[in-house]
Amino acid sequence: MAQTNIIFKKPESLTDRITHYCPGCTHGIIHRLVAESLDELDLRERTVGIAPVGCAVLSYHYFNCDFQEAAHGRAPALATGQKRSRPETIVFTYQGDGDLASIGAAEMIHSANRGEKITIIFVNNAIYGMTGGQMAPTTLPKQVTSTCPAGRQVDQAGYPLRVAELLATLVTPSFIQRVSVHSPRHIIEAKAAIKRAFAYQAEGRCFSLVEVLSTCPTNWGLGPLEALRWLEENMIPYYPLGVKKTPEDGPEG
Amino acid sequence: MAKKLMKGNEAIGEAAIQAGCRHYFAYPITPQTEVAEYLARRMPEVGGVFLQAESEVAAANMLFGASSSGVRVFTSSSSPGISLMSEATSYIAGAQLPVVLINIVRGGPGLGGILPAQSDYFQATKGGGHGDYHLLVLAPSTVQEAVDHVILAFELADKYRNPAMVIGDGMIGQMMEPVEFPSGPAPVPPPKPWATTGARGRGQNLIRSLFLNPDELERNNLEIKAKCDQMMREEVRFEAYRAEDELEVLVVAYGTMARIAKTAIDALRSEGRRVGLLRPITLYPFPMTQLHEAATRARAVLVVELSTGQMVEDVRWAVEGKAPVHFFGKTGGNIPTPEDITQEIRKVM
Repeated sequence: MAQTNIIFKKPESLTDRITHYCPGCTHGIIHRLVAESLDELDLRERTVGIAPVGCAVLSYHYFNCDFQEAAHGRAPALATGQKRSRPETIVFTYQGDGDLASIGAAEMIHSANRGEKITIIFVNNAIYGMTGGQMAPTTLPKQVTSTCPAGRQVDQAGYPLRVAELLATLVTPSFIQRVSVHSPRHIIEAKAAIKRAFAYQAEGRCFSLVEVLSTCPTNWGLGPLEALRWLEENMIPYYPLGVKKTPEDGPEG
Repeated sequence: MAKKLMKGNEAIGEAAIQAGCRHYFAYPITPQTEVAEYLARRMPEVGGVFLQAESEVAAANMLFGASSSGVRVFTSSSSPGISLMSEATSYIAGAQLPVVLINIVRGGPGLGGILPAQSDYFQATKGGGHGDYHLLVLAPSTVQEAVDHVILAFELADKYRNPAMVIGDGMIGQMMEPVEFPSGPAPVPPPKPWATTGARGRGQNLIRSLFLNPDELERNNLEIKAKCDQMMREEVRFEAYRAEDELEVLVVAYGTMARIAKTAIDALRSEGRRVGLLRPITLYPFPMTQLHEAATRARAVLVVELSTGQMVEDVRWAVEGKAPVHFFGKTGGNIPTPEDITQEIRKVM
């Protein structure tokens, strides 16, 4: 009898829709890594995603699970309400740098500090994408955007926020890792981090956040391959990759 | 159940539990903080969730998430806090979710003061947040009525999938009165097949207020409008007090002001003067036709509020010139005595 072994397919946790993301944007890769993780951990039917305001505002069309669409920055508060009300659900937010690190900074810090058993996928591309390329809290020094046309002036705008390091200073146990998706090796590492974050949540262990360095070729004004190189050469030196905190570290102090 | 002497804020907290609500997210603010303090003790006793949020902004968005998940959920705050919550309230209305909000109003604008006021009428009845929507607004005038309204607010929020607000002033929150809670089991909320419980054996459930296609957004807004129209038909509540016959003066007041006005009306009735009160209980939907009808039997209308004049605009709209509409208001936390109101009624006779 002929036998067919499927060794690669679209994850069950993704829908068949064509995304609206720009050519060369890495959102699609990150969506897939989240979906593969949910599939492999068999969490899809328990999962509630919270969409942000920003480029991923319509991500609820691309994930094949229940979803809520939040106000700008408030996704961790919605996630808190969902998780506290139905602890059996797996709750993740998918947020960009403007949403999470600027307008949603309070919700980010306090959901982490309360140790909400949620997972935040934080996509850091150092710019506001959907509104067309304005300065983000993660925009690099001297990086040009439409609202810092002379480049980010650190004496006016301060230095970019390192979200992963900031949250790793909290005493409350959590899992915090920064990854990148600019090369196949890094994508594999990013997948492992995302899967580990969801596994901690499924075990009821801790808050988890994976910061994913991502590209924005359109608003950076670069081709897709140039953008990947720009990420590697400019973002990684300022945003070092790696595990910043694990629940095994335990509470300090 | 026997009557129990309770502070308004604590009675409101207990009423929510009696309504079957087990989820409360809030941020402390005077003069309603006792609701939070009461529920910090009480929610764990009934296996419920009490969470002190980092801000009113977050608290209201936690309501958004919790209501999406299908549970009964509420918060309490006071005027400046309600302003911060108005962002989420707009999203919740747009997403057509049931939540209950308690506003124990204090004087504004800005930080204002902490004494009783009715200066959030516009905010409560005309929207508060952005977009085409209305809250369903109940205005109790006693602690017992506050209890009854909290329970009713959960029912109506679920019936309409719309945020409902119980609005009282600091007096409702702070005074102690005997209250009675309903006996028997808590009401069972309707099924919520739309809730985000995990897509096991079904397609995606999606809670959103974003509709980029103009036809879809128009459809959503017309659904909300249709619900508001239904509220106008089915949910108007009011009290007519000694207002059955031809009147020299019809007083219109809500909440605690209506109680003080009743004392003034009783005093004038004992002198043989024909004065009566119409008390809107639902501020939205407003008792437009009832007020219009009463005004046609009155020589003058006097609106009494703890504000510089907010509900009076709706009263003028309802009365449609059938009688002159006068206004008497106190603001800043000052409260009129029955004598003050008696004197104002005499002025317009």
